[in-house]
This record gives sequence, C-alpha cells and structure tokens, in this order.
Amino acid sequence: MSSRPAELGRRLREGDRGAAPAALNAIEDRSPAGRERARELLHEVAPAALGGEASGHLVGITGPPGAGKSSLLSALVARWRELGRTVAVLAVDPSSRRSGGALLGDRARIEHDPRDHGVLIRSTAAGSRLGGLAPPTREAVQALAPAYDLVVVETVGVGQSETDVEEVCDTVAVTVQPASGDTLQFLKAGIMEVPDVLVVTKADLGDVAMRARRDLATALRSLGAREVPVVSVSSIPPPTGIDDLVGALDAHRAHLDLPAARLRARRLAALSEFATERGEQGLRSLGGRRAAIELLEAQDASLEVPALVAALERQASESR
Amino acid sequence: MRTYAGHSNARESNALYRKNIEKGQTGLSVAFDLPTQTGYDPDDELSRGEVGKVGVSIAHKGDMHTLLDGIPLNEMNTSMTINATAAWLLALYMTVAEENGVERSELQGTTQNDIIKEFLSRGTYAFPPAPSMRLIADMIAFTVDEVPKWNPINICSYHLQEAGATPVQEIAYSLSTAQAVLDQVRDRVDEETFPRVFGRISFFVNAGIRFIEEHAKLRAMSELWRDLGRDRYGVEDERYLRFRYGVQVNSLGLTESQPENNVIRIVLEALAVTLGRNARARAIQLPAWNEALGLPRPWDQQWSLRIQQILALETDLLEYPDIFEGSKVMDGLVAELVESAREEMGVVAEHGGAVEAVDYMKTQLVESHRERVGRIERGELTVVGQNAYTAAEPSPLERGEDGGILTVDPGIEREQIEALVAWREERDGDAVRGALGEVRAAAEDESINVMPATLAAARAGATTGEWAGTLREVFGEYRAPTGVDSAASAPDDEALAEVREKVERVSEALGRRIKILVGKPGLDGHSNGAEQIALRARDAGMDVVYEGIRLTPSRIAATAVQEGVHVVGLSILSGSHRELIPQVLGELREVGADVPVVVGGIIPPADAGWLLEAGVARVYTPKDFELTKSIGDIVDLVAEHHGAAAAA
Repeated sequence: MSSRPAELGRRLREGDRGAAPAALNAIEDRSPAGRERARELLHEVAPAALGGEASGHLVGITGPPGAGKSSLLSALVARWRELGRTVAVLAVDPSSRRSGGALLGDRARIEHDPRDHGVLIRSTAAGSRLGGLAPPTREAVQALAPAYDLVVVETVGVGQSETDVEEVCDTVAVTVQPASGDTLQFLKAGIMEVPDVLVVTKADLGDVAMRARRDLATALRSLGAREVPVVSVSSIPPPTGIDDLVGALDAHRAHLDLPAARLRARRLAALSEFATERGEQGLRSLGGRRAAIELLEAQDASLEVPALVAALERQASESR
Repeated sequence: MRTYAGHSNARESNALYRKNIEKGQTGLSVAFDLPTQTGYDPDDELSRGEVGKVGVSIAHKGDMHTLLDGIPLNEMNTSMTINATAAWLLALYMTVAEENGVERSELQGTTQNDIIKEFLSRGTYAFPPAPSMRLIADMIAFTVDEVPKWNPINICSYHLQEAGATPVQEIAYSLSTAQAVLDQVRDRVDEETFPRVFGRISFFVNAGIRFIEEHAKLRAMSELWRDLGRDRYGVEDERYLRFRYGVQVNSLGLTESQPENNVIRIVLEALAVTLGRNARARAIQLPAWNEALGLPRPWDQQWSLRIQQILALETDLLEYPDIFEGSKVMDGLVAELVESAREEMGVVAEHGGAVEAVDYMKTQLVESHRERVGRIERGELTVVGQNAYTAAEPSPLERGEDGGILTVDPGIEREQIEALVAWREERDGDAVRGALGEVRAAAEDESINVMPATLAAARAGATTGEWAGTLREVFGEYRAPTGVDSAASAPDDEALAEVREKVERVSEALGRRIKILVGKPGLDGHSNGAEQIALRARDAGMDVVYEGIRLTPSRIAATAVQEGVHVVGLSILSGSHRELIPQVLGELREVGADVPVVVGGIIPPADAGWLLEAGVARVYTPKDFELTKSIGDIVDLVAEHHGAAAAA
C-alpha cells in the first residue's frame, strides 16, 4: 500500500476507507512540502476527478459546551451504523491559547466498536482560529466525502462560530440545551443564522425540554423560518428521537441543490483562506467582501479551492 | 484489626484468610479483582490480564463458597471492597450463608458501595450515575430490615484524597455523597425506619501525613455529620448520629524511592485517626510499606497488622479520654474546616447535588492534584527520599529473591476461565435464564427492589458478568467524565517553558503539532496519573487524545491509527502490564501503526527491563515524579522516532 498523496487520494476516491488516517495526516501537515502533498491528494478527490460532487452527506453538529453533542453523536453514529451507513466524525476541540496544546476528549464519549472500519473518529484542535474550524478541517471533509456515507463535523460554539461549519457542510444542526436561553436569544437577535435543523437535547428532562422546543418553534415562526425542523432527542438509554433526527437530516439533504451548495462552499472557503492569509487589508484591496464574492462567482464552477484563492490573489495584486 | 487482602482465586484467598485469622485478625477484608468489581466474567475481552490481579476473582456462588470455606460467617465481620456490583456480591455472600445454615440476620459486615467516588477517582463503575444510585438505595432499603447488622454502604472520602482532594474537598464531597444517598433512600423506607438507615451509614476516610490537620478533619466530619442528621433529616437519637468511620491511611504519599520510609509515614498517619478519642476510627486498615512497588506479600501485610497491635496494646493511646478536649488550636482548626466544607457543600448543592455535580467535583479534584504534583516537582512540598535527601543506602528489603513484591501466577486466569466454562455447563441453564429475566424486569421497573431477584439469580448459579450484563442492557453503558477537558493550566515555570519551545520546534519539523494518545488499558480505574500526564502534555503544547479508562488493546490501537498520533502513552497500576502491554504492542503492529509506546505506572524494575525488551520505548515509575521532565523526554523520543531529532 502506497502512502504517496496522489495514491491516498485515489484510494479514497474509490471508497477505500483504510487510506483515511494517512490522508488526514498528510492534510494536517502545514509545512510547505506538506501543503504541496495535500494539494496533490485533494486534486484526486475534487469534483473533476470524481465526475461530480462527492456523494457523502456533510453534516455539521454544533452547539454550546455541555449541550450533549458528544452523547448525541454517540447515539447517531450507532443508529447510522445500524442502517448500514459509514460515518467519519471530525471532532474539533478548542486549543489552549497559552500553550497551543489541546485536550481532545470527545471521542471518549462516542461509543463504537474499535474493529468497525465503518466508523472513523478524528479529533483536531481548532488551533488559533477563534471558535471556528481547524484550518485543515475543510480539506479533511473534502478528502473523506467520497469514502464515507456521512462526514460529521462536530464543533463547540454558539453565536457566529457556526458560520465556518456552514461553509463546509451541506446540513448544519445546532444543539440546544433545555433551560439555557443562549441559542434562543442569539436566534431572535439575528446574531446566529438560522440553522438547517435544531436539536433540543436531554428530552428526558421532560417539561423543560418541551418548553425549550416550543420556544424555539415560536422564535422560528417569527423569523419566518417555520420549515426548520426542531427535533427533541434524549441520548440516555433508551435513546429517543434519534430516528427523527436522522430523518430530518436526510430530508434537508434531499431538498438541497447539492452542486450549487458545494460550489458556494468552495467559494466561501477560498474567501476565508484568502482572508486568513491576507487579513482585512487583503479584503480591502479586493474592494471588500461583497466584491470578492462577486469575483468568485464569476469564476468557472469547476475550479478547486486553490485555483479560486489564486484568482483572488491575482486580483489583489493587480489592484495594488 | 484487619488487612486488605485477597488475590488469585478463591482457594488461595481462603487459605490466606485462615492464616490471618490464626494470627489474630478479627475480621475479613475482601479485595476483589477488577473484573469482579466492574461486572465482567473472567472470559470477557475486557478481563484479559486482570483476572485475580488486585484481588480475588468471584464469578458465581461456587467461588464464594470456596472463598469462605471453613470461616464462621455468623462470627465474622466481613468488609467487602465492592461498589458497582455490591448488590451482587452481597447476594452471593448471603446465598453462601443461607446454604451453610447461617441466618441472614446474623451476618455482619460492610459493602463499600459508594459509587460517586468511583466516578471521581477509583473508576470501577459499571452503570450510569442515576441507576447506580438506585441500586444503592435498593440495597439499603433491603438490608435495613433483612440484614440489620450489615453496613450497606461505606461512604469513601479515602479515594478522594488519593485523587488529590484537599481536606475541605474530602469532607465536602463525601458528605454531599452521603446526602445524595440518604435523599434517595428516604423515598424507599418508612419514616420510623429512616433514623436507623441514617445510623447505618458509615464512612471510609483517609489519613495523610499532615496528621494534626487530618485529626481535625475527622472531628470536623463528626460535627457536620451530626448537624446533617439533625437539621436535614430530623434524626434525634444520639446512637444514630454518631459519625462512624473506618480508615485506610494514605497511599498517595507512599514513595517508591526509599520505600522503608513509608513505615514511618504509616505509623504517623495511624496516629491521626486514633489520637483523640472523640474522633477515633472504629476500624483501621494500613497499607503495606511497598505498595508503590507492586503487590504486597503476606509478610508485608503482617507488618501492617503489627503496627496496629503495638499502637493498641503496647502504647498508652487507649487509656485516656479525649486528649484534645479544650485545645484552642484543635478547636480553631476544626472550626475552619467546618466552615470551608459547608461552603463547598453549598457549591455542590447548587449543581444539584453530588450526582449532578460529578463533572464539577472531578474537575476540582484534577486541579487540586495538579497543584499537589506541581508543588512536589518544584520542591515546595517536601517528600523525604523523593525530592529531598535522595542520597541513600541501598535497601536490603528490596533485595529478596522475589524483588520485594508478590507476583500473581498468570496461569490463574486460564484456570478461572476453565472453571467458569465448566460451571456454566453444569448448572440449570433454564433456571438461570429465568432468574436473569426477573432481574431485568426489576431493573426496568423502579418501584421494584432489585435485591430479591438478584438473590434468586445468585442461588440459581448466574455469573457476575451475566448479572451485570443484564443490568447494562437496561441501564446502558457509561464513561465517567475525565475532568481534564476543563481543568485549568499549570502555572508556567522555566522547565515547562523550555519543553514548550521544544514542542514547537519539533512540531514545526514534523509539519503538524505533536499528538499524543494517553491510554489506560484494562480495567484499572486509577486514572490520576494518566490525567496529570494528559494535562501536562497539553500545557507543554501537545495535542492530547485522552479517552479515559477501561480501553481494550484493540481500541487503543484503532485510536492511535485513526487519530494519527506520534506517540502512545499507557498508564497502568493494576500489575497487569506484563499481559496488557504486549497485547497493545501486538495490536498496534497488526494495524500497521508505527508509533513509539511509553508506559507509566507501578512497574517493578525487573518488569521494566522486560517491557523495554518487548518493544516499549520508555518506562516511567513513581520515581519519575517530575512530570515536565518526562514530557520533555517523550518529545525527544517523538523527534527521534519520526526523523526530526535535529529539531529537539
């Protein structure tokens, strides 16, 4: 078995999940040589190589700490496996700002059979990116999407940090802990975008959970988003509501214009990559965020992220 | 007077008990192996390497019969260190008594049965918190009338101190646990019975080397306990309000270096719990001087028994009334502890009580322990022979043929498995299935006490793994919080800053941040060391994957591959390293993971050499108390192994 990057990419393209860990190692390598290898790998799993968008469903699960994301994920993974679907979970944990290190503990709470090759759990540290995604996460998602039925990105956050997840995933579910009003407030105030699915955890708490669900439904109505499903789940045995959630996620995906969504995701990814590299000043040199998006929308739909970033770079240097 | 004992199989432990009784021991203290404690049969995958290791393996009533053979149960006071599966082991004990014609009303003893401290420190839980508490409540409600001389629960502050608790935390968390238990039982017994229930609650505390403060702690606990009984539960009868406790003195402070110093520590700690009559322990257990080295031999345990006998029979300790009565210093210390403990109990209450506050308490303990470890490392806390006065003569005690420790015959595991298979064949399978069905039905319905069905299953010949497995199906599996996710960082010092720079350099050279997997293979739940390593590695700038306890070798290998770690660190204190570590190495090879493995724990020198030969890259023992140094060493190893040595 070769671990050359292009070979790893080809194996993933053909659905060989055994290539996944080595592919992720390559993608996480931030050295210049590593970046080059990652590019080679990703080229093999780009839509052009695949002959279309990757088939995996990209699901983001995000919510405040302690809202029961990991337990929920544990129940979800079990259910998906029962349904015969393969799952990759990318769990993103915050890094310590002081040491740069991170404790990656989420996988502990996701029960799974270690010998089951249909489940991959990979923890990554968010690095210096505040509340957002680890830099290589988008690329990891892209690499895994052809090989797994579901690629889940789990992040901590409430408020604006899920924007990053949204840029990467087809469907974003936000978990809400009963009796904690943050999400509701953020929704109402428009600080947080309306997610694709809202999940009220800890349904076993009874009345409090029911009330949380009602309040969210009311808020969604007033925001004109009554179609957004609110699902109640309980992860303690016997888990409840998991099938409803699986159904809600599937339904969202079924109604999605996938090529359009993925194209938009690639363009936004290029923009944030550019912004990370060049900062506010870089964006200004493009005439601001809106102008940058217009520029991206004018590019050929088949372009990969590096090519889109290059287009932005060109424009920025021309206007200097 | 008794020593904590039991190992291998029931036959060998029985022989040991009989010998100890001859030597003047007045009770039994049964140590069970980890599979028995966590509800797995000897042939379960998770039991591999652990059968008969830290105690005796009891898989069914036949084993219990052998264990207690020839021991008069109507005269014995038997303490069983058993928690998650306490209801089961009590049922087996009762069944053996019954089948030997001893009335259950005559049985005397204690089941430890404190599950909260298992989540916080010891790690031998089997079910999630809520159903675990319900099992405890069922047992208490059952024994108060049926086995009236039995102490169904022994709330343990002991293990909290081992996990790093300060005296205030030790008092507050154990009393909060007692409160959670009592609140739960209150719904299950009638009002007249409740004061008796209160009176049956006993404690198992720790005594550390700061023995004056430790004595004050016990007086403070007595005071708070009385108040809790009166104010919260309306108990009036003085008999029931007495704070009853047994003691095992501190193991945390025992050192691997110059282990004979531990004898002196143990004697002083024994004084903490005996000095003042008003807060004197009812039962004392002393650890063996060589605990930090490995499993104690019978001779080591005899030494512990002799300390107690000399204190009680040669000294004048027991001749006086309370010698601290009227002492301003003691009263002041006690008042201070009472006040701070009340405050901390308030915080636990705000979290919704001990069950809901497990996460909170665990994080607090991890932080306290980090503080303690750090102070020893920086030399602010003196530990003679470890971080001070380290030059010493070689100890003749460690030079015996057996290296100064007991080793368990690895053949025991195979023997137990064969015996179990035979047992399953010989019993009435239908009767067992029927009885387990009743256990399930009781578990599913909160209004039914699980004890009668459990007893019936014990009689029918069900096994420990079958009973616990049935309950796991109903209650679900559980992994306790590790406490490390939200623990604060260590204060920066020069050594840490240096290692951090090295981590940055090596990470840069590797292309990604050094990632380490800290794993605890097997059933050993003593996670304090692993948690401290995980925290320090993070503080040094590494990405740390920590999954908590009870990992199978295959899970560790799968995690190492999936996570793409640069190094695997395994922590093991149960003495099963010779079985489990090679298994992990084998699994890693099988999945094609090219990562160095380091091991930390109670590893005797002979075994350390053996492990290195088997392919382990480094072995760390309690002598390596400078964590930062060990982390730096691991960074060097990573650099070397992954071709980035120049950066280190």
